[in-house]
Amino acid sequence: MKTWFFTEDAYPYLPDPDTYESIRVNLPNKHYDPDIGADLYHRYLDMWTAADEIGLEIMLNEHHQTATCVVPAAPLMLSILARETKRARLLILGNPIGNRNTPVRVAEEMAMVDVLSRGRLECGFVRGVPYESAPANVIAFRGTERLWEAHDLIMKAWTHHEGPFNFEGRFYHMRQVNIWPRPYQQPHPPVWVTIGSAGSGVQVSKHKHVGAVFLAGYNGIRTIFDGYRSGYREAHGSEAPLDRLAYCALIHVGENESRAREGAEKILWYMTSNKVAAQWNNPPGYHPPHVAAMIMKGTRGGAGVPLNPQLDDQMARGNVFAGTPDKVFEQIKAFWEYSGGFGHLLMMGQAGFLSYGDTLSSMQLFNDEVYPRLRELTESYDPDRMAYLRNSLPDVEATSLGDLGFAFVR
Amino acid sequence: MADGNTESITLQGIELPYMRRGSGQTLLMLHGGGGPVAPMPFAARLMERFDVIAPIHPGFAGTRIPDHFDDIHDLKFLYLDFIDALDIRDAVLMGFSMGGWTAAELAVMTTARFSRLVLVDSVGVKPGDRDTRDVADVFALHPAELLKITWHDTAKAPNPAEMDEDALAAMAGNRIALALYTFDPYMHNPKLPGRLHRIDIPTLLIWGESDGLVTPEYGAAFRDMIPGARLAVIPEAGHAPQAEQPEAFLSEFLAFAT
Repeated sequence: MKTWFFTEDAYPYLPDPDTYESIRVNLPNKHYDPDIGADLYHRYLDMWTAADEIGLEIMLNEHHQTATCVVPAAPLMLSILARETKRARLLILGNPIGNRNTPVRVAEEMAMVDVLSRGRLECGFVRGVPYESAPANVIAFRGTERLWEAHDLIMKAWTHHEGPFNFEGRFYHMRQVNIWPRPYQQPHPPVWVTIGSAGSGVQVSKHKHVGAVFLAGYNGIRTIFDGYRSGYREAHGSEAPLDRLAYCALIHVGENESRAREGAEKILWYMTSNKVAAQWNNPPGYHPPHVAAMIMKGTRGGAGVPLNPQLDDQMARGNVFAGTPDKVFEQIKAFWEYSGGFGHLLMMGQAGFLSYGDTLSSMQLFNDEVYPRLRELTESYDPDRMAYLRNSLPDVEATSLGDLGFAFVR
Repeated sequence: MADGNTESITLQGIELPYMRRGSGQTLLMLHGGGGPVAPMPFAARLMERFDVIAPIHPGFAGTRIPDHFDDIHDLKFLYLDFIDALDIRDAVLMGFSMGGWTAAELAVMTTARFSRLVLVDSVGVKPGDRDTRDVADVFALHPAELLKITWHDTAKAPNPAEMDEDALAAMAGNRIALALYTFDPYMHNPKLPGRLHRIDIPTLLIWGESDGLVTPEYGAAFRDMIPGARLAVIPEAGHAPQAEQPEAFLSEFLAFAT
C-alpha cells in the first residue's frame, strides 16, 4: 500500500458564510490577502516536502475560483516539488483536461515535471467537479468524451518519438505534434483517472490506469471498484492488481483519542466550508437529466459533500479515518476488506485550520505506526481470502446518501 | 411525444418530431430554450388561422442530442433540410428566444420559402462591447433570480415543485440542449450582424417590456440591424410575452402577419 499525503491548499480566512452566496466561483477575491496567501503557499509546500522526508508519497490537485483550493495551476506547484523533494512520487490528480482545452500543453508540462523529478511523476486526469464549468467557460456536456480524446492525444504525444504526428479528432485538431522534452519514464508516466461510478471505472480499467475514488464511503465503494474490476477482467482476462485502485479519505492520526478527534474535526472543514450556490452545482450537461432534475427541484443538494457533517457519522460512512494509530489501522483495514482491496491510500491529511505541527505529527504517527501494518496487509493480499471476506461482509444497507449522493469525479 | 398531434420526419439520421395543425398560410414556429410552445393557448388560436408547423429541436422535450450536433448551425442546417422536405412555401417564420436566433440564421441563408419573419425576445446578436453582458447568463444565475428576470409576473411561471418526474427531467434536458446551442459564444453568433442585411422580407420583433434576460433595448438594437424591421413592445410581459400576455401578443402578430 502506498500512501499519498494530500492537502487542497485552502485559504480558510473567510468572512461569515452568511455574508456570501458561494465559496466557489463567485466569492470576490478581495477576501484573499496575498500576504497571508504567500505564507500559506510556503506552509503547504513545507508540508509536502515534510511528507517526502517522513516517507509518504505526495499528491496535489487543482481547482479554480475557490477559497477551498488556491491552486488553479497544479503543474506550477508540482514543478516546485519536482525540485524540492528527493524521494517521493509526485501525483497530480489531476489535470482537468475536459475543461482545459490544451492537451498538448498538458503533455509538455507533465513531460517537463517528469524529467525534472527524474521520473517521479504520476499523472492524473480528471473531468472535474461541476463547479469547474463556469470558471473554465466550458460546457459540461460531453466532458467525459473530451477528457478521453484529450487523454488519447496526450498519450500519443508522450509515446511518439519519430517527429511530428497528426491528430484531428472530434474535439482537438493538431497537425504538427512533436513535444520536447519527452517523458523521463518510458513508455510514459503512470496515469490515474478519478472514477465516481461503476461505468466510469470500466473505461479507466481498459487502459490499465489507476482508478481513484474520493469519499465514496461504504455506500459507494463496492459498486465503483467492482465496475473497475469487472471491466479489467473483461478487457485483459486477468484480475486487476491492487495497485490499480486508490481511495481518498480524510485522515488524522493522534497520539490519543481526544487529540485525534480534535484534529479530525478540523479537517472536516473540507466539508463544512463547501457552501456552493445551486447554479454552480448543476451546470448543464454535467449530470444526466434525471439527476439535474432532482437538483432543480431542490430535493437534493448538489454540493457533493454535506455542510454539517458529524465526525462519527463520517467515520461510520468510511469517509474519515481518525483516531490513535491502532484505531486508524483498524478502520482502514475494515474498509479495505469491505471494498475488496486497493493499493493506494490518498490521505487528505490537512484542511482548513489544521496547523502545520498537527499535520506533521499526524503524518509521522501514520508513517511510524499505521503504514507498516498497511504494507503488511497489502503484501499478504490473497484474492481467495479476499473473496471469502467479501462474501462474509454483506453490502452496507443503502442508507440515504444525503448530499453525498453524486458521483462527482474530482 | 407520441400524442395524436405529433408526427416526425427523419433527416440527417435524426428523428425530428413536429406538430402540424390548422390550415391556411404556413407558420413555422421555432421554440426557445424553455421548450415547445405549441401546447400553449396562444398557439391554439394561431391554428385557427394558420397551418402551424412546430418542430422540437433535438435535445428538447426528452429527445436525444445527436452525436454530431455542436451548435446553432447544426440546428440551422437541420431546418434547411426540414423546409425542403416539407416543401414549405410562402410561410411566416417565427422564432422565440434561441428559436428566434435560429430563425434569423435561416433567414440570412435564404428567404425563398418565407414571406415574413417574426422574432420574439430573440437572442443571436451582441450589440454591446466586450465588457457588456448583453444577455443575462442564464447558466450562472440562481434559479430564483433567473425566474425574476424572465417573468413579469413570476406567479405565471411553471413551478418545478409541482412537476412530475418526467416533466422535470424534460426540463433539465431542455437546459442541457439550450446550453449546447448557446454556450460559446454565448447566445450569439459574432458573424450574424454582418449577414442580417440579407433579410429581404418584412420583419417584426415582438418583445416583453419586462424582459430582463434580453431587454427591449437589446430588441431595439437587433431591430436596427435588420432592414425595415419594426419592434413591438408588450407591457406587463417578460421573456415570454406569448405566455404572459397572449392577447396583446396575438394582436401584434396578426396585425403584422395577416
